[in-house]
Amino acid sequence: MDYVHSDAAVRDTAAATGGDRLIAAKILIAGGFGVGKTTMVGSISEIRPLRTEEVLTDRSVGVDDTTGVDGKTSTTVAMDFGRITLPDDLVLYLFGTPGQQRFWFMWDELSLGALGAVVLADVRRLADSFAAVDYFEERGTPFMVAVNCFDGAERKNPDDVRIALDLDESVPLLLCDVRDRESAKSVLITVVEHVLDRTTARP
Amino acid sequence: MSSDRWLDDDAGPVVRPYTVTRGRTRLREDGLDLISVLEATGVAVPRRARLDPEHRTLLALCRQPITFADLASEIDLPIGVVRVLVDDLRDENLLRALRPTSTGDVPDEFVLRKLLNGLRAL
Ligand SMILES: Nc1nc2c(ncn2[C@@H]2O[C@H](COP(=O)(O)OP(=O)(O)OP(=O)(O)O)[C@@H](O)[C@H]2O)c(=O)[nH]1
Ligand SMILES: [Mg+2]
Repeated sequence: MDYVHSDAAVRDTAAATGGDRLIAAKILIAGGFGVGKTTMVGSISEIRPLRTEEVLTDRSVGVDDTTGVDGKTSTTVAMDFGRITLPDDLVLYLFGTPGQQRFWFMWDELSLGALGAVVLADVRRLADSFAAVDYFEERGTPFMVAVNCFDGAERKNPDDVRIALDLDESVPLLLCDVRDRESAKSVLITVVEHVLDRTTARP
Repeated sequence: MSSDRWLDDDAGPVVRPYTVTRGRTRLREDGLDLISVLEATGVAVPRRARLDPEHRTLLALCRQPITFADLASEIDLPIGVVRVLVDDLRDENLLRALRPTSTGDVPDEFVLRKLLNGLRAL
């Protein structure tokens, strides 16, 4: 995909909005290790560099010389971060939640203010998605499941996937190939529709 | 770079923390979400304010409303470091958050519909 230099993009958005009308919305892309999160953010949005820090314990560094200024050592972790600039001063931000367990500390911060989430699942390793499904269920964050059909994997019957993941009937489920922009787009549309349904269904 | 150690491919080099922030970590709960919108207040920088070059860059980037995530991405510093810098600038009343989303407020129906139309038209 084209890498649009971020500088111009930010200024354009800001200039076009003329003040506090800039509306930012956030969708999380979650799922287990290597399931396609980075691929999805890249195929549908303008990827931007964003780093966060992970504080390391002495043990995780494996050396004892870790006395930083405040006694901690940290490492920076690249996050999946993308933005989609839409008309009407609207910007949709996508954040990939790191798949590895040791980065889970970031999930709570990322989930705050998120309108919804996409749980990516790999048909060959559905169990890897349990944690993400549980997380959003417990948090009450509207989410959908997008099943990535990797090469060589048979196309699954969506109903079987639903059963395997023990998904509530109300949770949208879609087979997809997130390397494909149109497919990634329909995933995002599905999750926003789902959020809208839930919003309008509320008394 | 000589003091850097690599954990693995996912983690970057191990660095001394917060050199930019003089060893301070987050000072208080600032209520800022990654998509909170920040803007410079336009107040003149007080003479006594001790601003680092990073503070100034950040302030310049906030002349137009910008989200916290875009800001961190633009200035190319880790999120935690940017939090501290933003905090400093808010303390000096140089920066304000237009939409602190500490309550985790999510878009309303109107915004969701616009979002949906925007995505469909992509
Ligand atoms: N066939 C197929 N391959 C895919 C799809 N999505 C991703 N891949 C491939 O799967 C591999 C892993 O994808 P990533 O996007 O890096 O996965 P990730 O979830 O970001 O991985 P981690 O960040 O390491 O947890 C890459 O080689 C992708 O090209 C898909 O929908 N179909
Ligand atoms: Mg990734």
